[in-house]
Amino acid sequence: MNGFALWRRYARASLSGQTRYPGAFLMQMAGHLATTLMGFAAIWVLFHRFGTVRGWTVGQVALFYGLVNIEFALTETIGYGFERFGDDFLRTGAFDRLLLRPRWTVLQLLGHQFRLRPLARLAQGAAILALGLAMTPVRPLLFTLPMMLWAIAGGVAFFLGVLIGQAALSFRTIESLEIVNVLTYGGVEAGQYPFDLYARWFRQLMTYAIPLGAVSYEPMLAILGRSPHPMAATLAPAAGFAFLAIMLLYWQAAVRRHASTGN
Amino acid sequence: MIHAATPYLAAFRARWQTTMRYRAAALAGFVTQCWWGVINIMIYAAFYHGAHDAAGTAPLGLHQTVTYVWIMQGTLALMPWSCDPEIADAVRSGAVAHDLLRPIDLWWWWSCRATARILGRLVPRALLIVAFAGLVLPLAGLGAWALRPPASLPDAALFAVSILMGLALSASIVVLLNIVTVRTLSPAGGSAVITPLALILSGNLLPLALFPGAVQTLLILQPFAGLGDLPCRFWLGTLHGGRAVLALGQQAAWIAALTMIGRASLRRTLHRLEIQGG
Repeated sequence: MNGFALWRRYARASLSGQTRYPGAFLMQMAGHLATTLMGFAAIWVLFHRFGTVRGWTVGQVALFYGLVNIEFALTETIGYGFERFGDDFLRTGAFDRLLLRPRWTVLQLLGHQFRLRPLARLAQGAAILALGLAMTPVRPLLFTLPMMLWAIAGGVAFFLGVLIGQAALSFRTIESLEIVNVLTYGGVEAGQYPFDLYARWFRQLMTYAIPLGAVSYEPMLAILGRSPHPMAATLAPAAGFAFLAIMLLYWQAAVRRHASTGN
Repeated sequence: MIHAATPYLAAFRARWQTTMRYRAAALAGFVTQCWWGVINIMIYAAFYHGAHDAAGTAPLGLHQTVTYVWIMQGTLALMPWSCDPEIADAVRSGAVAHDLLRPIDLWWWWSCRATARILGRLVPRALLIVAFAGLVLPLAGLGAWALRPPASLPDAALFAVSILMGLALSASIVVLLNIVTVRTLSPAGGSAVITPLALILSGNLLPLALFPGAVQTLLILQPFAGLGDLPCRFWLGTLHGGRAVLALGQQAAWIAALTMIGRASLRRTLHRLEIQGG
């Protein structure tokens, strides 16, 4: 069985498990839909009061908001195994079982759970993105659509890299890894607005050191036709893949060093 | 009387001590909250600086909004995030039956545990945020981003009363979430509904005063305002006289209502509870 078929089988098992308690599941979906909806409602309220922010309209901000939420939602769907790695695999010793299987650990963790809950965020992000596209003139579809897909791919790679990095850090400590939330949830929070609202140090940190801006702000500037360096902005999402590659190397190194306590 | 309260105080003390052990978690929470605060402040500053007539467009000034953001970040642990995790485990394993065997009032027992847990998470985080936003930022020359002290001494006292009521309110919501967990067998559903409601309606996402004028009355009357927005208004000194009394009365009324709802639904839930195996 190839890796992808195996992952699909993992995903199917996990889907049937999540719908086992339908009451709780439906409440969860409703709640999640409401959370993301309210996130944008807050932005809408601010625009309602202030009109514009540094020349950006609410329709343009909707594009940034939609893009980063879609990226993060897709990552949460597949990356849950890494998000829970420290608590659910390392502390319990379940990781030893993964090491015994003749498959790449990354594949097994990606298959740990195919989560349905983030689909609410995905639906919301897509709806807000559609709203933004309806309100804002962008470059022709022939450029916008592939650029959008490319940006989403880079964004998923970036956020997955963050989760893998978090999981690899948990070989050192499993305490206070919530701090990585500043890059995941905090990244979504920051990516919802155009980066030129932020202080210079913040913008540079979140574009060059941590390529969030490269997978959200820069590609969207290209789609809006507002980028000062259109070529660089078009290529920027590649930084997400580079980040993922670095984090995968870090993960491999951490796994190689790992000595289980033997459970 | 003292004797009757002993088991509840013991539950409170045990939970408080357990929660206070998680120092690293408090530190991580503090860093996350600072990060969040900084992002939010930059966004608000951009909106305010862009407005032609900020005083005319917004009922709060920028420095008031900044202070509001810091209070909200400092009191984030006050939000009723989810049911008591230990009770969620007990529901899954069936060990919740032990709680039922105790010769105590279960509502008070759970309420004391919830209060202690919230307080144990709140105090270290709040102190760190106040130190960072109130002392470090102004000393670092970032006075525009800093938490300003309460408007006056009476306002500070009212803030303290209001935040304590917020604590009681939050605990009564957590007990309701415990009850939902007992009913649906999973803690995820209840918290998924309450968390977003609490975040937006408490003012955590956006100060309630910045919402459109038409919904202001509704926003101030709903229960979640007591978790953050009303205490913040006291701190900023924007509630006086009759409105201050109304705000405190609003909080007390919601605490009473949620307590009664919680006690009634707990009774009904326990009445038809089935525990499998043993």
